Amino acid sequence: MADATDTGNTGIAAQQAGAIPTAPGMPRHHAAIFLALLAAGLAAPFFLYPVFVMKVMCFALFACAFNLLLGYTGLLSFGHAAYFGSASYVSAHAAKVWGLPPELAILCGVGAAVVLGLAIGALAIRRQGIYFAMVTLAFAQMVFFFSVQAPFTGGEDGIQAVPRGHLFGLISLRSDFTLYFVVLAIALGGMLAIYRIIHSPFGQVLKAIRENEPRAVSLGYRVNRYKLATFVLSAGFAGLAGATKAIVFQLASLTDVHWSMSGEVVLMTLIGGMGTVFGPLVGAAVIVTMQNYLATMGAWVTIIQGTIFVVTVLLFREGIVGVIAKWMKRTL
Amino acid sequence: MASLSGAEAAVATKTADAAGSAPLLSVRDLEAWYGESHVLHGVTFDVRAGEVVTLLGRNGAGKTTTLKSIMGILPKRKGSVTFEGREMMHLPARHVARAGIAFCPEERGIFASLDVEENLMLPPEVKPGGMSVEQIFELFPNLKERLSSQGTKLSGGEQQMLAIGRILRTGAKMLLLDEPTEGLAPVIIQQIGRTIARLKEEGFTIVLVEQNFRFASTVADRHYVVEQGKVVDMIQNGELDANIGKIEAYLGV
Amino acid sequence: MFELIGIPPQALFGQLLLGLINGSFYAILSLGLAVIFGLLNIINFAHGAQYMLGAFVAWMLLNYLGIGYWWALLIVPLVVGAFGIVLERLMIARLYHLDHLYGLLLTFGLALIIQGLLRNQYGISGLPYSIPPQLSGGQNLGFMFLPNYRGWVVVASLIVCVGTWFVIEKTRLGAYLRAATENPTLVGAFGINVPRMITLTYGFGVALAAFAGVLAAPVYSVNPNMGADLIIVVFAVVVIGGMGSILGSIVTGFSLGLIEGLTKVFYPEASSVVIFVIMAIVLLVKPAGLFGRAA
Repeated sequence: MADATDTGNTGIAAQQAGAIPTAPGMPRHHAAIFLALLAAGLAAPFFLYPVFVMKVMCFALFACAFNLLLGYTGLLSFGHAAYFGSASYVSAHAAKVWGLPPELAILCGVGAAVVLGLAIGALAIRRQGIYFAMVTLAFAQMVFFFSVQAPFTGGEDGIQAVPRGHLFGLISLRSDFTLYFVVLAIALGGMLAIYRIIHSPFGQVLKAIRENEPRAVSLGYRVNRYKLATFVLSAGFAGLAGATKAIVFQLASLTDVHWSMSGEVVLMTLIGGMGTVFGPLVGAAVIVTMQNYLATMGAWVTIIQGTIFVVTVLLFREGIVGVIAKWMKRTL
Repeated sequence: MASLSGAEAAVATKTADAAGSAPLLSVRDLEAWYGESHVLHGVTFDVRAGEVVTLLGRNGAGKTTTLKSIMGILPKRKGSVTFEGREMMHLPARHVARAGIAFCPEERGIFASLDVEENLMLPPEVKPGGMSVEQIFELFPNLKERLSSQGTKLSGGEQQMLAIGRILRTGAKMLLLDEPTEGLAPVIIQQIGRTIARLKEEGFTIVLVEQNFRFASTVADRHYVVEQGKVVDMIQNGELDANIGKIEAYLGV
Repeated sequence: MFELIGIPPQALFGQLLLGLINGSFYAILSLGLAVIFGLLNIINFAHGAQYMLGAFVAWMLLNYLGIGYWWALLIVPLVVGAFGIVLERLMIARLYHLDHLYGLLLTFGLALIIQGLLRNQYGISGLPYSIPPQLSGGQNLGFMFLPNYRGWVVVASLIVCVGTWFVIEKTRLGAYLRAATENPTLVGAFGINVPRMITLTYGFGVALAAFAGVLAAPVYSVNPNMGADLIIVVFAVVVIGGMGSILGSIVTGFSLGLIEGLTKVFYPEASSVVIFVIMAIVLLVKPAGLFGRAA
């Protein structure tokens, strides 16, 4: 099936020197970091704009979902905006037109992303390496074109004025402050779930596939099943991020499904550190902050992002967290 | 350890005495690595102009690695390789080729996306005085009929002839042949033997890697035995029969 | 017959011509990608940006230096190709020992930079580039009106594609390229300077893209986004065709353009996605691509 130019096993994510620990319970330095994140998360809205931090958290979750596929399975999906954006649209539609409470709207969004992930993933894994990336990009473009034309997405305007609604029908999320803690729970919960997946027996098989796919096949693993499962999980969590984002910003638009969004999540993961646990979070924070400050500079954002891509690929492939992890001699 | 390097020194001296003049190719303490794996531990031997010399040894002894290191194909290597007095050690393969050394790999390396004629004409002329195409057809008449066939559609023997034939055009004076008789029928093996003899008459210098030492004895002047990445012995062709027991031991026959 | 289909011939053949023109660009661009990928094993994501750069340099030659279309056809590929060679030597060559995906990421970054710089300078609305006077007007063929310039685009593309195919498949230079694609180490051991061949091949692929950009300038307005959406479709074309065969890339490019044109006639809403749908089908049925080399 694979042609001679494909490399199923890739070195792209073999950044992590350390082995993935299989001991039950988290290694202490990881637990410490998660607790620190929780503390920082709880304190943040008192010092920073809640909407800004929520944006960072949504994108951090998006990047972690993407990293599950790239960093841990070695598959570069260049069309992840498809799942982020479609979930955003469905969640917005569910909240605005069907009047669903936010938790159900988000669930609908995740469902859409999972279905899309299953459909695209099943086709995309029939190729490997570079072809896989191109196929995912092409399908995402298809989703983009569909979003431009389909009536329910609102075309150029998108779906606006999405109601925040009442969580469980009880708690109004109109206040940014209240919503913040819901989003914190979703994001941190999602990241912990992804962490659990990586550090489970399932995750061990992913690592084996990433490092030496032919060997994994010869050991009897149904490699394609694992790849597809990871793809669907990654799409689902990306969808969770997108659906949440739609509620936070009360907007779903074409930007969410555009290829530049796909490129941005790649950049966040790359600069943060592929194959690290906390890299995508750091990368998301960096890129979202940068976009915030450069919002008035128009095309310069693109130029700077492109430059970061080039510099990181040439000089800095381990990413920020990768460099720190090497210095601290621990997996991060 | 000491005795082995003593043996190497003995080998080198034997050669130099036999030569009386500077060797065409001089390999000293050649070491090489495949990734982390240390494959050659100090190979030393000489080849005089016009000689046919074989490297004998078991599978994995380091014979092919030696040829590849001389050719400059193996990136991680150390030591000294002098050809016509020039140090070749840190040159990239294309400069080694242009100095006048040509390589015929074990897997023959016939290009599937080229036809026979393109395969034959591919290696560029690196020095004047290479054989003409007509002369190559004289050596290997089969090739003439198969010129427009796709390269890999040829039989094993024909591919071997093509692999040897194409490097004869280049003007290279020294040929490195890696197991030219492997997997071939006895009739073809004889043909290759005659070819090598003819090439020797034409003045080529040939380093041959072979596991089939009976074939080697029909064409070579001297044999070096390679074991575990080092040259451990040198035997003149005339003395081969006298040493048959030793050779069989080396080769694990 | 046309009464049966219910579509006036002018509309049908007009769309087919437009499809053929799109197909010309698909063919030249996927050819360039295939040539680069064959030897470098890198997908040149910057290909779309280099096509766009070709159109811009043609526009600049005209508006800053008064150099017209016909000279641009010659100068632009050389200039942009030289730029490509600089990119390869400075940056791309450093990635050959790594996983191919890094090449994709690097060229993606380069595409963003090129696009961003031009957008910064010239904005997003298109710049006009007029059809050269020798090619203005058109021919009335009875069943349709053929604008001369559009006919020229198709002819020029065919010439360039067939010419490239000929050089690669039938000449000695092409033999070097094909051999180096198969076994670069052995080709180096014959004395051929393979790294230089790689550099020149990348430059040639980029020059092809830039040539397409010059062809495109009078047809589509010259704007910084013209390469981005196009390159994604070209990726789909490449997946459908498989990159194993030069002729395959050319045939696939032209055919898909035609199919897209036909779809626009009968089912216009689907025309922007029909190529992706075909890609999905090909992935199900023949994953290596229609002309792909394996399985």
